[in-house]
Formats: sequence, C-alpha cells, structure tokens
Amino acid sequence: MCGICGCGSSKLSPLKPHHHHHDDKHSHSHAQETHGERLVRVEQDILAKNDGYAEQNRQYFQQHGIFALNFVSSPGAGKTTLLVATINALKNTRPIFVIEGDQQTDLDADRIRETGVAALQINTGKACHLDAHDIGHAVQSLKVPDNSLLAIENVGNLVCPSSFDLGEAHKVVVLSVTEGDDKPLKYPDMFHAADLMIINKIDLLPYTNFDVDRCIEFAKRINPAIEVLQLSATQEHTMGAWLEWLNQH
Amino acid sequence: MHEISLLESVLETLETQAKQQGFQQVKQVVLEIGALSCVEADALRFGFEVVMKNSLAEHAELVIIKIAGQGICPKCQQQVLLETLHDPCHHCGSFGVTVLQGQSMRIKELIVI
Repeated sequence: MCGICGCGSSKLSPLKPHHHHHDDKHSHSHAQETHGERLVRVEQDILAKNDGYAEQNRQYFQQHGIFALNFVSSPGAGKTTLLVATINALKNTRPIFVIEGDQQTDLDADRIRETGVAALQINTGKACHLDAHDIGHAVQSLKVPDNSLLAIENVGNLVCPSSFDLGEAHKVVVLSVTEGDDKPLKYPDMFHAADLMIINKIDLLPYTNFDVDRCIEFAKRINPAIEVLQLSATQEHTMGAWLEWLNQH
Repeated sequence: MHEISLLESVLETLETQAKQQGFQQVKQVVLEIGALSCVEADALRFGFEVVMKNSLAEHAELVIIKIAGQGICPKCQQQVLLETLHDPCHHCGSFGVTVLQGQSMRIKELIVI
C-alpha cells in the first residue's frame, strides 16, 4: 500500500443511514425488500475519489508554494512547444518541473529534458486523461521542491480532462489557429473549466481563416471570466504577455 | 471514453459500500447525471455492462435520472433553464449565464441483496 495516498484503501465517506424515504421519481416496491433486497442510499459524486486526491494535491501545492498549471488542448495545438519555449525563457529565474501525460511514448518528456528541466512521463495507456492520483505520485517521484512552477501537460484531448481536477491552480487551454475558431462552442466543458485560453501559432493567421475575435467571443459566451492571450510559441517576441502572466501568478 | 473511467469509479464505490453495508450483490444502480455534465447517458449505458461484468453488479440494472441544467443570468438576475453551457438567457439574451445546477454526476442509491 502506498504511504502517500493509501492506494487500495478507500477514501470514501461513510454511508448515511437508510431512512426508507421513497420520495424519488423512480419507484421500487417494498415487496422486493421482503425478498432480501434493500435500498442503500449513497448520494456521492462519481468523481469523489478523484476530487479527494485533487484536494490533497492542492493543499500540498499551497503548503509548498508550488504553482501548478494543467495544460489542456487537442493533440497538436502546441502544448509541448509552448512549454519548451516557456522553460527556456524562465529556467534561470525559478525552478520548473514538468509532468507529461500521453497515452504512449516518452517523446514529450524527452523534449522537455533537452532543456535541462526534470520531466516525468505518465503513459495513461487507454485512458484519455490524467487523474489526481497520478499527479500525487508524480509530484513525489519528481521531488518537486518548494516554490516551483509545476507544468502538467495533459493528454491531448478537449473532452475528458475537463472533468478531472488535478489540484492545479489553473487550467490553461491552448488552442491553435490551425484549428477552428469555433472550438470553444464545440467543446464547451473545457472552455468552461479553464481560467486562461492561449491562442497559439498566431504567426500562421495569414494562412488560415481563423477569426480571433470570433473565437474569443465564443469562449466568453461559455466563460465570461476566461482570460485570453495570443502568441506563437516558436516566435520568442510574442511570448511577453504570457511570461508576464506567469510572473504575476 | 472517460465514461469507462467514471464507471470504474462507480464500481469501486459499490465494492466499498458492499463491505461497509454488508451486501453481496447489486441489483440496481441509480445515477443522477446533470444535463451539463460532460457524459453521455448512452455511453454510460454501453459501458456499464462491460465494466460491471464479473463484478458484484453483473446484470444490475442501470437507472439514470437526468438533472436539468439551471443557471442565473448575470444581467437580469432571472433563473434560466440551460441545455448547454453556452445557452443565452432566454429572458434577455445575455450570454455568460452562471450555472447553478446540472454539472454533477452522482451515485444516488442502490438496490442490493
């Protein structure tokens, strides 16, 4: 059993007593109970276990001054390129650690390690997202020191990672201009869950019909509070506002 | 298919409850799924049989109670029924309705032996 989280042991809350109220919309007969069947009230969020681990992670990050960001996007939006450019700009100013989530391969972690920064690759196998339990273990394994920036690059997927809180300070959704400007409306859960949207690859705007204003308007329909930055991770001179955002958080 | 992960969480909860509450078999699982949660009821039904196979809930019936999406309009302060996260307020047409209900996914209750 794991000493960090007690893997295998349950963190689930005890059950409420069974009061025999039958005020729900669905019905079941008392006759069933005479045949040994009974009703057990659970009233528990399906994600309760993940959320419990996420809360532990969040408390750990707060206690240790670790600023954790959860980067989400569709595959190919440029998350890893953005992280490499960010690390190269900031690695001499603060400790940075990276957790990479992909279904297969260590390729992304290798790209990060080439910058000299420690990275841990999590292969999720068939799973389409990282969960809070993965992250708790990865943080211990990486020995992330106090006051670090912890960048978690989630599996490229605009659907599933929106549901799984990792304990991060902010979800950062990266959307590149080679995708459609209507992505926020097509994948509203992710844009609802994110605090910051980075529109990436803006140097390619002349070659696409991506309408930046329309994209921002769609994102704000779903999440009026979402912050928006525009940059190209391959063009150093466009990174200023993002690096400033990181410095202020 | 994060529905499979969610159903695996449901199964873990069933196993924990079985120990705490002393039952061996689950006959029915009742879930409450919000209209604004990011799961599809059909995908849950499809995955349920697969995930529950060879478990204490094999052959259990899955009942899904849908919870309507509700919010409050930041402009006109009226309650709004929401089908999606980007629905405008149907009173004044404003976007950015604050969600009050309909994002949750809960295990409500079980019928067990």
